[in-house]
Amino acid sequence: MVTAMLETSPTDTRPEGTTDTAPVTDAEAIDRAWAAAERVTDPEMPMLTLLDLGVLRDVTIENGHVVTIITPTYSGCPAMATMRDDLQRELLEAGFPDAEVRVSLTPAWTSDWITERGKKALKDAGISPPGAAPRNSGPVALTLMPTRRAVTCVLCGSDDVRLSSEFGATACKAMYQCNDCLEPFDHVKEI
Amino acid sequence: MTANNEPTIHVEHDEAGTNVEHGDHDNAYSGLLVNDANWAFGTDFEDPLAGVDTTVPDGVDAKDLGAYCLMLGDDALVFSQRISEWCSNAPDLEEDIALANIALDLLGQARLLLARAAAADPQLVPELPAGSPVPDEDRLAYFRNDLDFRNVRLAEVPGGDFAEAVAKILIYSTWRLSIFERLSSSRDTVLAAIAAKGVKEMSYHRDFAGRWVVTLARGTEESRSRLVTALNGLWPLWSELFETHPVETAVAEAGIGVDPATVADEASVILDQVFAAAGIDRPERGGLAGVGVHGGKGRDGLHTEALSKLLAEMQVVAREHPEGQW
Repeated sequence: MVTAMLETSPTDTRPEGTTDTAPVTDAEAIDRAWAAAERVTDPEMPMLTLLDLGVLRDVTIENGHVVTIITPTYSGCPAMATMRDDLQRELLEAGFPDAEVRVSLTPAWTSDWITERGKKALKDAGISPPGAAPRNSGPVALTLMPTRRAVTCVLCGSDDVRLSSEFGATACKAMYQCNDCLEPFDHVKEI
Repeated sequence: MTANNEPTIHVEHDEAGTNVEHGDHDNAYSGLLVNDANWAFGTDFEDPLAGVDTTVPDGVDAKDLGAYCLMLGDDALVFSQRISEWCSNAPDLEEDIALANIALDLLGQARLLLARAAAADPQLVPELPAGSPVPDEDRLAYFRNDLDFRNVRLAEVPGGDFAEAVAKILIYSTWRLSIFERLSSSRDTVLAAIAAKGVKEMSYHRDFAGRWVVTLARGTEESRSRLVTALNGLWPLWSELFETHPVETAVAEAGIGVDPATVADEASVILDQVFAAAGIDRPERGGLAGVGVHGGKGRDGLHTEALSKLLAEMQVVAREHPEGQW
């Protein structure tokens, strides 16, 4: 988990309209903001929080208002707007009506940022979690054979599975089928 | 719900296909545009670069940076639109979804690149009536004419069959991946970030297309001949990809962009690897000529007729409703 940073003075600088009544310290506010932000789940994979997905990068307080940083999984991820709206709503309900959501493009999101808890949540929901992302140094290698992954069937556990497509129902998933029990399932791609 | 958010669609079809006029009181859609947190559209995710530092680095003309981002953004946008035409038309569901995913990745890249172009040089952005909610990148996408587009002509040529689709994606992503790998170290941190992300995505696109090219080449006589025909037809657009426009020279010298001529050898070698695995020869055809005495091409805003038709279809709804809320 990213450690929150405290760098502002007490919250008397917060603008009017803040619903919270009792004066709070930054440390308390940031704990509350983190707790709220951590509740937000991915709109397309609701078993996963944005934190477990690695999209929620940081929650800080700047000049008296909460700033959350998110990084898109894919350039065209259509869920980004919903993620931002969900974050803002959750923070509003936690007493931060002026919370800001910022996009950070660097470093680019990698499936390695999905937490162990997130991988377990995926697996429990019947989605095969990603293995380690490829580490590219130098030119990207052309791969004309199907990507080799240590994927096991989410239903029967067999490792006799076949890749049906590198692209699936969402930008971040590939499609597999088990050769033993025939179960089709999604696999979150390593990227 | 504010007055500005009132939906303007008051006509729907009943089961018999007759237009049914509704007053505001019984509009079936009137509940959709309220500020409902569960409704993703109409809640304007206004700026894809929200919170990103878009300062133009020292040593580069902001106009050159804007023009360069427009070139790259138009490539991605136009090619995305072409590929998305496959949606519901591919040979099977898996390939349909794959093509739609590739189009979506490119659309995401286009959005970021056009937003970067607008932030670098606001004068590029078409003016709309005061109060129009259309964001800058959408103005660039929907409210420019064909002559203002700067994409390479490979991106715009019409669909063709599935063999042509995968051949085109292989050529495009091989070229583009070589450029984006270098662009990842651009001095412009926004471009560098867009490129680094794009490299990851387009690695999948190139592999997808390369595998299909090999599969079709080694498949039946019919699939092989279709693939060879497609490659021969596309080959005149190959050399244009590596011709250097003066804007590309300027941004490359400033450490911001990539001179496409510098990736020609690498892209050729990679394509030859695919051709070798497929057991086919590299086509031998000259490049498609430019237009007019100066031989202008895609980067100069001189295109084939196909682009005008593509834009007409892509832009018509947005242009009808320049103040529309979506």
